[in-house]
Amino acid sequence: MLKISHIAKTFNPGTITEKKALLDVDLHLNEGDFVTVIGGNGAGKSTMLNAVAGVFPVDRGTIEIGGVNVTNLPEFKRAAYLGRVFQDPMTGTAATMNIEENMALALRRGRPRGLRWGITNLERQMYREQLHTLGLGLEDRMASKVGLLSGGQRQALTLLMATLRTPKLLLLDEHTAALDPKTAAKVLEITQKIVDEQHLTAMMVTHNMKDAIAIGNRLIMMNEGRIVVDVSGEQKKKLTRADLMGLFEKAAGKELDGDRLLLS
Amino acid sequence: MDLLKLFNALPGAAAQGLIWGLMAIGVYITYRILDVADLTVDGSMATGGAVAAVLIMSGCNVWLAILAAFLIGMVAGLVTGLFHTFMGIPAILSGILTQLGLYSINLRIMGGKANVAVNPNKYPLLVSLRNVRSLALSNPIFVLILFTAALILILYWFFGTELGCSLRATGANQRMARAQGINTSRNVLLGLMLSNGLVALSGALLAQYQGFADVNSGRGAIVIGLAAVIIGEVFFGKVFINFALKLTAVSIGAIIYYLVIQVVLWLGLNANDLKLLTALVVSVFLAVPFWRGKYFAKRAGKGEDHA
Repeated sequence: MLKISHIAKTFNPGTITEKKALLDVDLHLNEGDFVTVIGGNGAGKSTMLNAVAGVFPVDRGTIEIGGVNVTNLPEFKRAAYLGRVFQDPMTGTAATMNIEENMALALRRGRPRGLRWGITNLERQMYREQLHTLGLGLEDRMASKVGLLSGGQRQALTLLMATLRTPKLLLLDEHTAALDPKTAAKVLEITQKIVDEQHLTAMMVTHNMKDAIAIGNRLIMMNEGRIVVDVSGEQKKKLTRADLMGLFEKAAGKELDGDRLLLS
Repeated sequence: MDLLKLFNALPGAAAQGLIWGLMAIGVYITYRILDVADLTVDGSMATGGAVAAVLIMSGCNVWLAILAAFLIGMVAGLVTGLFHTFMGIPAILSGILTQLGLYSINLRIMGGKANVAVNPNKYPLLVSLRNVRSLALSNPIFVLILFTAALILILYWFFGTELGCSLRATGANQRMARAQGINTSRNVLLGLMLSNGLVALSGALLAQYQGFADVNSGRGAIVIGLAAVIIGEVFFGKVFINFALKLTAVSIGAIIYYLVIQVVLWLGLNANDLKLLTALVVSVFLAVPFWRGKYFAKRAGKGEDHA
């Protein structure tokens, strides 16, 4: 479903702030894979996700989504294949527009937008039902501006929007990191539910080692712009925190740093 | 002070306000909906007047002349948009560049003259200040109210369509818009074109109303537009939630602006000092949200210190 072949990315090449963010990343996801991505700060996790989403062009390599080579497609065209949820709850929704307008924008992802009315009554009914499944009471606030929602509500809404039109690939970029633990757990639960119900292929970056181990059928760990650990199937199911740290040390030739990773 | 003199001047002020209100609606589209400060308008306002005046004098139908002004204004917006999206020049600078270039173009349109008269006795103008106190259908206030209402309805429809919604999303959150498959660069172009089309249309009406097109008629237009937007929000922001009403508030804001100007002049202000006064008043209004934010930010900071 996703095929990343030898991509590399250097930011600000030739300057004092040069940053080799991705060195040589190779990754192949099968349909229905739910892979969690962990790694220390600056390991290249978010850069990899953003490279897939087309936020910037890559220096080398190719990216295929569902058999389509998207390497040279601009971000807004790749959106047809992708559902995305961001770390910052402000990023995924338009704060000055109301809930149903945001959902109507999401329903038209990958479709031409013409001079038909931007939202229909039939859709409204569907949005109401969808929002009801979140269990947050948002179905009764469909005309409220999204800016009035809490961070957790906004992330849940963004998740719903990202999957309103079933994406070929769901990209979750630390989408629970900015939330308090209780809300984070709730959003994670909704994530799991949506991915299961729609049999989505998903990639979730997280700083939480426990979540990375507990969720999904595959786990990859990144370090200094490369994938250094890739665990799936039975091995992933039996994986413990100690195993993971051992694997990392063997692969990267050093102890796992990243305080944020260990503490969580 | 002669009250009668003030009353005599008010209808004219209302008509001017209505014309500038259309221009201010253009500014609203860029400044509020698209979140871009577009300075092209100082040039495209005069362009609209020049195009309409020259066409009308060459025997062109008034409505066609207004349409032509609208289209040429769109081209001006397109140029600014391309400077910004295709060439990566910051939006404000893009607008200033187009505005500067338009000065020469406007002179060319008017055959090298800085000022072109369109005599309302010789040409069938849509609006003219001669009729501003008459009780007839040709009264510009009546015509302009109809015109404004029609335009607001069209814009209300447009911003409710899928395309219009995607434009609003582009202004609200570009990253989100792109993630939802919206071509944000194209939408910025589209917004700038629509805005400058309206501004030029307003310029076309102003030239007819005054009976002349002037290469300097757009100087400071952006500030007057902003003043109208802000006055509208201050007076009606809490009550007018609906989009059509918000646009109406902008138009009323422009009328209030011109009525106040009229009163200030009547009170004895030197007309040459008007632009200074406008600049000062608008700068204070623009500063209010910043001051408010700073004040609250400090309070929040103190709260954290105690925690």
